[in-house]
Amino acid sequence: MSRMVYMDNHATTPMDPRVLEAMLPFFTDKFGNAASRNHQFGWEAEAGVDHAREQIARLVNAKPKEIIFTSGATESDNLGIKGVAEFYKEKGNHIITALTEHKAVLDTCRALERTGKAQVTYLPVDTYGQVDLDDLRRSVTDKTILISIMYANNEIGTIHPLREIGKIAKEKGIIFHSDATQGVGKIPVDVDSMGIDLMSMTGHKIYGPKGCGALYVRSKGPRVRLAPMMDGGGHERGMRSGTLNVAGIVGFGKACELAGLEMETEAARMIQMREQLQTGLFHQLDDVYLNGHPQQRLPGNLNVSFAYVEGESLLMGLKDVAVSSGSACTSATLEPSYVLKALGVGEELAHTSIRFGLGRFNTPEEVDYVIERVVHEVRRLRDMSPLYEMAKEGIDLKSFNWVRE
Amino acid sequence: MAYSNKVIDHYENPRNVGSFAKDEENVGTGVVGAPECGDVMKLQLKITDEGIIEDARFKTFGCGSAIASSSYVTELVKGKSLDEAMNIKNTQIVEDLSLPPVKIHCSVLAEDAIKAAINDWKKRKGSDPAKAASNE
Repeated sequence: MSRMVYMDNHATTPMDPRVLEAMLPFFTDKFGNAASRNHQFGWEAEAGVDHAREQIARLVNAKPKEIIFTSGATESDNLGIKGVAEFYKEKGNHIITALTEHKAVLDTCRALERTGKAQVTYLPVDTYGQVDLDDLRRSVTDKTILISIMYANNEIGTIHPLREIGKIAKEKGIIFHSDATQGVGKIPVDVDSMGIDLMSMTGHKIYGPKGCGALYVRSKGPRVRLAPMMDGGGHERGMRSGTLNVAGIVGFGKACELAGLEMETEAARMIQMREQLQTGLFHQLDDVYLNGHPQQRLPGNLNVSFAYVEGESLLMGLKDVAVSSGSACTSATLEPSYVLKALGVGEELAHTSIRFGLGRFNTPEEVDYVIERVVHEVRRLRDMSPLYEMAKEGIDLKSFNWVRE
Repeated sequence: MAYSNKVIDHYENPRNVGSFAKDEENVGTGVVGAPECGDVMKLQLKITDEGIIEDARFKTFGCGSAIASSSYVTELVKGKSLDEAMNIKNTQIVEDLSLPPVKIHCSVLAEDAIKAAINDWKKRKGSDPAKAASNE
């Protein structure tokens, strides 16, 4: 391999050249403000936005006017959750979510708790990362106004049964929000059959541009209302003021169109490469463990713990491979992944986890190269690992008397 | 996070990796840290009867900076007397390897590993048992 292999497609994706091509005219020739209603420049920009709204709506079976453009999924999560908490505060103040949600959901909920605007139930998950539906049902109170459960987890790829969750929300008359950032464009989404009322999505996870996302807001059955977070010109049906990022929106739309057209073949290709990766690693190395659900997972996601090898040291060895680690040392917090912790993965194994994120531009040759590099580095680091040595000598690492700092 | 060249060098070409033979005399072993904390260092020192460190081995589970810190101290302690080795401070490791603030705990662990290995040797030699015990 002459260049770096990028296998961190859950963090972000490279933009598809077809998306860039669609965007370019909107930076220069068609630079108008989509809100300018009285001249050609504005009409052209508006036409671009309208077309994108249709492309995005089609991918998730929504109506175009139900797509509210934002700066990305974090803003969508904030707008959806805080907007509902504020607008429906007379009705109730209880929110149900899960421990493995993205920080954009968890920290939004915590902010509402801190300011006394909501009470939040954080549902535990099973060893695969899924919530228990009975648990969810039991958590509903007469004050519950919102259920927020993600579609596919960004670390372990576990897919939640949105249809069943949507059904429970409908039965109880509760608004259902889903952060579908990782799922949209990769696996089928149907806001109607899944009973979704609010849904966060973003362009840059599906080969579109960064800085452009959307919140789906159901308009009928029920019509969902939101208190806006920003005051201004009343764009996006009054829910999100601010001049539209026309070029970004056009790119996001094109990315959605391509994702819809190619989803079936692309997902099959991802699954094939993921199996190639998993088989290669598991056949050549002992003491490796899969994190997340064996079947109900994103096609491009593989999360593996390489016991006795600390994740960051492995990343450091994989200089020409971009993957990500659930280890403490990659973040400033020094705590290993809260997602793996919620699954019941021991901290000693959480420190050894690596997330592989396959994407549209990866090839089977790259997968073979990554297998070779990972196997080589894991073996090298295990030769250096006191834990591997102890385990091979039959010492029980769990009962060993460790000297903690 | 960018690593210093010294950290990269020790990570890529670790010095004195391994373990001394089990039955080898004059070896003190220190194991510090814990798997759930993400760092475990095992440092072994071969010490002459005169109290001079003549050789060292390490194995480390941890990030690149932890590996580099332990590799670095195996070189640092060689030829030193026990008193000199006991006086090695983590700040010296931080400076010499240019460790960033979030990696200071790696240097603390390396300092602890030196002390633990020396105390283990003293305990095995039966000299100064009280001090060795107080460091348990």
